Amino acid sequence: MPSNGAPIGTPTKVTQGSQTKGGIGESTLRPDGTLKVTGEFAYSSDMWHEDMLWGQILRSTVAHAEIVSIDTSEALKTAGVYAVMTYDDLPAEMKNYGLEIQDTPVLAHGKVRHHGEPVAIVAADHPETARRAAAKIKVEYRELPVITDEASATAPDAILVHEGRDDHHIGHVPHPNIVHRQPIIRGDVEEARKRADVIVEGEYTFGMQDQAFLGPESGLAVPEEDGGVHLYIATQWLHSDLRQIAPVLGLPEEKVRMTLAGVGGAFGGREDLSMQIHACLLAMRTGKPVKIVYNRFESFFGHVHRHPAKLYYEHGATKDGKLTHMKCRIVLDGGAYASASPAVVGNASSLSVGPYVIDDVDIEAIALYTNNPPCGAMRGFGAVQACFAYEAQMDKLAKKLGMDPVEFRQLNAMEQGTIMPTGQPVDSPAPVAELLRRVKSMPLPPERQWESSEGADVRQLPGGLSNTTHGEGVVRGIGYAVGIKNVGFSEGFDDYSTAKVRMEVVGGEAVATVHTAMAEVGQGGVTVHAQIARTELGVSQVTIHPADTQVGSAGSTSASRQTYVTGGAVKNACELVREQVLEIGRRKFGTYHPAWATAELLLEGGKVVTDGGEVLADLADVLEGEVVELEREWRHRPTEAFDLRTGQGNGHVQYSFAAHRAVVEVDTELGLVKVIELACAQDVGKALNPLSVLGQIQGGTLQGMGIAVMEEIIVDPKTAKVRNPSFTDYLLPTILDTPIIPVDVLELADEHAPYGLRGIGEAPTLSSTPAVLAAIRNATGLELNRTPVRPEHLTGKA
Amino acid sequence: MRVNFTVNGRPQEADDVWEGESLLYVLRERLGLPGSKNACEQGECGSCTVRLDGVPVCSCLVAAGQVEGREVVTVEGLAEYAKQRSCGSSCGTSLNDAQQWAAKGQDSQTGEGTELAPIQQAFIDAGAVQCGFCTPGLLVAADEMLERNPNPSDADIREALSGNLCRCTGYEKIMDAVRLAAARQGEAV
Repeated sequence: MPSNGAPIGTPTKVTQGSQTKGGIGESTLRPDGTLKVTGEFAYSSDMWHEDMLWGQILRSTVAHAEIVSIDTSEALKTAGVYAVMTYDDLPAEMKNYGLEIQDTPVLAHGKVRHHGEPVAIVAADHPETARRAAAKIKVEYRELPVITDEASATAPDAILVHEGRDDHHIGHVPHPNIVHRQPIIRGDVEEARKRADVIVEGEYTFGMQDQAFLGPESGLAVPEEDGGVHLYIATQWLHSDLRQIAPVLGLPEEKVRMTLAGVGGAFGGREDLSMQIHACLLAMRTGKPVKIVYNRFESFFGHVHRHPAKLYYEHGATKDGKLTHMKCRIVLDGGAYASASPAVVGNASSLSVGPYVIDDVDIEAIALYTNNPPCGAMRGFGAVQACFAYEAQMDKLAKKLGMDPVEFRQLNAMEQGTIMPTGQPVDSPAPVAELLRRVKSMPLPPERQWESSEGADVRQLPGGLSNTTHGEGVVRGIGYAVGIKNVGFSEGFDDYSTAKVRMEVVGGEAVATVHTAMAEVGQGGVTVHAQIARTELGVSQVTIHPADTQVGSAGSTSASRQTYVTGGAVKNACELVREQVLEIGRRKFGTYHPAWATAELLLEGGKVVTDGGEVLADLADVLEGEVVELEREWRHRPTEAFDLRTGQGNGHVQYSFAAHRAVVEVDTELGLVKVIELACAQDVGKALNPLSVLGQIQGGTLQGMGIAVMEEIIVDPKTAKVRNPSFTDYLLPTILDTPIIPVDVLELADEHAPYGLRGIGEAPTLSSTPAVLAAIRNATGLELNRTPVRPEHLTGKA
Repeated sequence: MRVNFTVNGRPQEADDVWEGESLLYVLRERLGLPGSKNACEQGECGSCTVRLDGVPVCSCLVAAGQVEGREVVTVEGLAEYAKQRSCGSSCGTSLNDAQQWAAKGQDSQTGEGTELAPIQQAFIDAGAVQCGFCTPGLLVAADEMLERNPNPSDADIREALSGNLCRCTGYEKIMDAVRLAAARQGEAV
């Protein structure tokens, strides 16, 4: 029987205070915030187990070579070493892994294809013992010529990076050193070109960017009594890891249990496996728990990077500023293994036009196999490289036409109803012109703000504390850019998620538990899941169950998809739980009030209420002695593959748009750049947690600035060896390099998406880079066809 | 080698320390204090920042043997350190407090109920924590700056925290958090 409140059958009005607090749309705080600020949060590198060993990987010192011999005898003799394993020790038939194509050896077999490829693994009782033992393994290499670019990859006598390919792309690629090729043909470029009054061409280079998440690759593998293994791991997708790990261990998937350990950032770099299989192999071999933690040097070799690219573009426009056609060719360097290259090609080609209306296009994107470091997923995923190039083209066209670059973009901006080059209509808001208007109308930061009564504050000038200028030779520039990113996995992928939701009474209060396998990597999915459960179930207490493989797949924490897809799965499961709760309520109390049968019922503020606001019962009373729990998969609307010849197909789920205005100050004598401000306007559909939305936009914006002016993995073109695998030589933006990042958030609902939301994580990374480049061009008058821009490019000494 | 030093006010002894071991390793792997983070282990990212006799240092660059007889404060001790500082010499448990003492509930899943330093609370409130891997080092560095400079300008904050990398936030919310902590500190005086 109801224990508190009014007697049954005496409806009461819901008072304002009984609305559910902490639901969607509020900036609720992170549930893991306290643990993270006190040092208590257990990241994958913090795992500890009694009797645990430390694993170490020996990596190749050359990029391309045959392995003549491996001698592990000295390493095995080292005191404290428990195991040394090479390819010959792998236990199962399956010895490779990979996201889409299983072309990556767990340990090198007869050949290494890139600098830093794993050759052998060691387990020892101290990490330093393991390192020293690994250094005693003697590997004899016979070096092979290196393939480093399109010319060397497709030369008539080119060595094949992978002999005997049998993957499903080999049938349609022009050369076995090309992973995948996606053309898109629409309209008639040759005819449309005749209408063009101006034509601009450009060749652009995009450098190799690193995700540089701060938490190093790490995890702990614990052998289990049933012969299986339990892996505590930082990843972006537990079930994808599981699918690749189990076959190599020779275990059925149910004997490989996976629990998400704390993840110190991801940005795409944890989509592929790193140390997962190695730790499991050593744990199974030694019968002891094995922990592996990369240091930063190894981390640069231990995960894939953003594809560097060459992009060739031709655009035409009429003299009144309408785009006539676009022809482009995008060559992505996938490095030695496929990783996510095929999907990156699909994105680069299908989004190569940008957020503009162009009916006549001829597009080709390819990814190469080379001996450079493997490249795969990073925030923006193929759309980033294209945006850098097409936005440079827009500025060139505007300049040639004598038009304002923002007005020119607005004149050609896509909108709802525009047909993509793939033939897919854009069927939700596409406020491209509006985002540009908003970002342009923000007030500009004041000029010469470094000046003060005590002289120049060098911290606000190019060169900063190096004290290289007090304002002499410093020129300001302003640039704009806008971009388009797809949300969710595309091209017909079954991109589902699973959520398990439970409702019960604990301590006299109705509470909910949400269990998914979603990888919380810092984005705040756990915050949003609790908000969704509060909104749908009217409870205040929501427990987020740790993510593991005891529940179905949540898909990847990437492609800006988790709030949409796993958020959608949580919402769906909550709705079904709510129906069951109401059914119980009708059964228990239906006879006391007709509204149980006739009214639309909601769960709010811990009560069952009618849509008119009458309270029918306390949830605690409805759920007394009951537990409602269910697990369901949820899918967004399906997509289609792109046609392999024409690129036609409804390939994408949703699009996401952001625009930036960059204000830079350039010391033109030294070629030093200070980005003063990066203003962003983005449509987010619906901000489920406004504070987290700002955090995503500002974080994404800064990663875009990084590849504009400082970040780049340098690979020696002669040896294919990585030259700068450290935070000393790979420069990440510090707080002192960072501009102010004002954000204007637009919320135009997408009727197809849960709550009308739009995936937001990646779009701000796209337009940030070209906006900074445009501002530097504006300041210097230089053409600047590569990113990142370095001082020598600005001083003419390159 | 045996090393004796003080961590967060408690005397500690570490045995069989290797010559090459860092203070960071001793804290994380021997003393069960993994709050100081291991993002680069080469002194570039600041995620392992601790106070060594009051001075912020990258604990990955300090050889364990160098801390013999010295005092270390880590993120795990930051709340207590800030509390001691704010109440000066009058700290300690009063008789009245001792008589009123009752165990505070602390949620093991969320840490709710934990006593926090003002800078820790400000980081949570301002949304300055995403993945959180940079957070411990930033907290130690920001707390030390506010101790020296209670009214920092934005340029002062940026300069003081320029040795601490963050890859998630774009630093804007970190700026907000430090400004918030400074403002609250100002109100409290």
